[in-house]
Amino acid sequence: MTSFQILGHKDTRSGFGDGLLEVGKQNPEVVALCADLTGSLKMTAFQKAFPGRFFEVGIAEANMMGIAAGLSIAGKIPYTGTFANFSTGRVYDQIRQSIAYSHKNVKICASHAGITLGEDGATHQILEDIGMMKMLPGMVVINPCDYNQTKAATIAIAEHYGPVYLRFGRPKVPVFIPEDMPFVIGKALHLLPGTDLTIFATGHMVWKSIEAAEQLAKEGISAEVINIHTIKPLDEEAVLDAVSKTRAVVTAEEHQRNGGLGDSIAQLLARRLPAPMEMVAVNDSFGESGKPEELMEKYGLSTRHVVEAAKRVLERKK
Amino acid sequence: MKNDIKTLERIATQVRRDIIRMVHGAQSGHPGGSLGCADLLVALYFEVMEHNPDFNMEGKNEDLFFLSNGHISPVWYSVLARSGYFDLKELATFRKINSRLQGHPATHEGLPGIRVASGSLGQGLSVAIGAAQGKKLNNDPHTVFVLMGDGEQQEGQIWEAAMYAAHHKVDNLIGIIDYNDKQIDGPVHEVMNVGSLRDKYEAFGWQVLEMNGNDMQEVVETLYHAKTLTGKGKPILIVMSTIMGYGVDFMMNDHHWHGVAPNDEEAARALAQLEETLGDY
Repeated sequence: MTSFQILGHKDTRSGFGDGLLEVGKQNPEVVALCADLTGSLKMTAFQKAFPGRFFEVGIAEANMMGIAAGLSIAGKIPYTGTFANFSTGRVYDQIRQSIAYSHKNVKICASHAGITLGEDGATHQILEDIGMMKMLPGMVVINPCDYNQTKAATIAIAEHYGPVYLRFGRPKVPVFIPEDMPFVIGKALHLLPGTDLTIFATGHMVWKSIEAAEQLAKEGISAEVINIHTIKPLDEEAVLDAVSKTRAVVTAEEHQRNGGLGDSIAQLLARRLPAPMEMVAVNDSFGESGKPEELMEKYGLSTRHVVEAAKRVLERKK
Repeated sequence: MKNDIKTLERIATQVRRDIIRMVHGAQSGHPGGSLGCADLLVALYFEVMEHNPDFNMEGKNEDLFFLSNGHISPVWYSVLARSGYFDLKELATFRKINSRLQGHPATHEGLPGIRVASGSLGQGLSVAIGAAQGKKLNNDPHTVFVLMGDGEQQEGQIWEAAMYAAHHKVDNLIGIIDYNDKQIDGPVHEVMNVGSLRDKYEAFGWQVLEMNGNDMQEVVETLYHAKTLTGKGKPILIVMSTIMGYGVDFMMNDHHWHGVAPNDEEAARALAQLEETLGDY
């Protein structure tokens, strides 16, 4: 099997910040807004490079979403930046009416998603955001897996007209996607070939799924790993093609089981190609304070949980 | 002035007829606030605003209007149709299935003149601010108007936006509040008193004007005056006193008519008070 080389350790939010600066250079219509978290979102470089195209809104996320919608009417491509919780749940109706229903070209960029936000605890650890965003008609939902993919996605979404939810995180995690790999919205990325089962993973769980596949290989189990960075629109063809060969599925995401990637794939497979399936996700629970890796272990999101899910699904495949 | 006041008043009377006929036809909708704001919207679209009925979404090099209190869509639809954005006949489809004239304004069906959906209250001021800042980025010297309700001032987002507009010196923006002191549950000052809107907005850093929104002469003069105040570092607010239901005696000053359609007899009584000045749709 192919083995991945770790190119370094970086936070995905830095991929967003560097991507934003880059897309700001490429496209003069790109503007950015932030709700008092410019440093946390790594938007400082854009702010310094393009002060006239950067809008500090203060702690007023609802207003930020409306202003972004208005800027898009003037032909701008607004990127909003705040934590995932304040990018979604706090402003759901603003996104729904002023952005999604109105089909505005706004890029909702959400950092500190999921449980790996860590010590701040459950008030800030949103695990429902993918579900909320994917339910909105026309919304594109992207959850990249490392620094390079986040940077590439940040640049790519400027070329897509319409609302996008881009979700990334706080901790430093392995960088393993090649720097020059183009990001194609809605296109599944085959990372490891395998014949016994397919692991569909998104966000921080992609690297853990690669680690899991490597452990499974030592036990003679061949696990295919496919990165679903775009949860909506889902690459249905790639999912069906893979499952038609392996006939056993594990999904892995740092999100509630309800409403997440696993839920989307289960819906597809139930309609088109039923197959044994296990979901590695948070199961109807809020998070808590702790170190990211401690939390990932406690809430069932570690490498070993992916390995165990793979073994369970293979039992059911027999 | 492009028109004399009498001409504008006659247009407003026809718009009021359209409102009654649309809401009666749908047996659904919000006649009260629509009637109260007919003079303002006629003054904007037929006199004060530079705008292009060959609609494009970006609206570069023209004045823009946003309706934040989207439930008074009938008055907007009538004024848009009568200023050439779409066929008058389409007014008959208001609130009916497969119509572009949704109960609350929307872009989704592609109705010319609408740039964002509204109806869920409190959002339009933010959108208008963004559009105004977009104009500045585009070196477009035109003005953005936004109409809000008085009850709508109870929404927290309004005050986020009010703070922002002053802080960022969004001085190509003219906000207007329809101050009729009526909301669904009763008089605004009884349901949830919004207090002195002049004092509140001035404290937030806005330049505040007042006008009688049912006096065409005063509406036109105040709007032109407000335009002369743009570009001076402050967003501008007009507290516009209106009478809900203005033009139809039994609807005036009665919050019951906020969101209730007239029956056949009531519609006939209302239309008898409103001269058909331009021809019904």
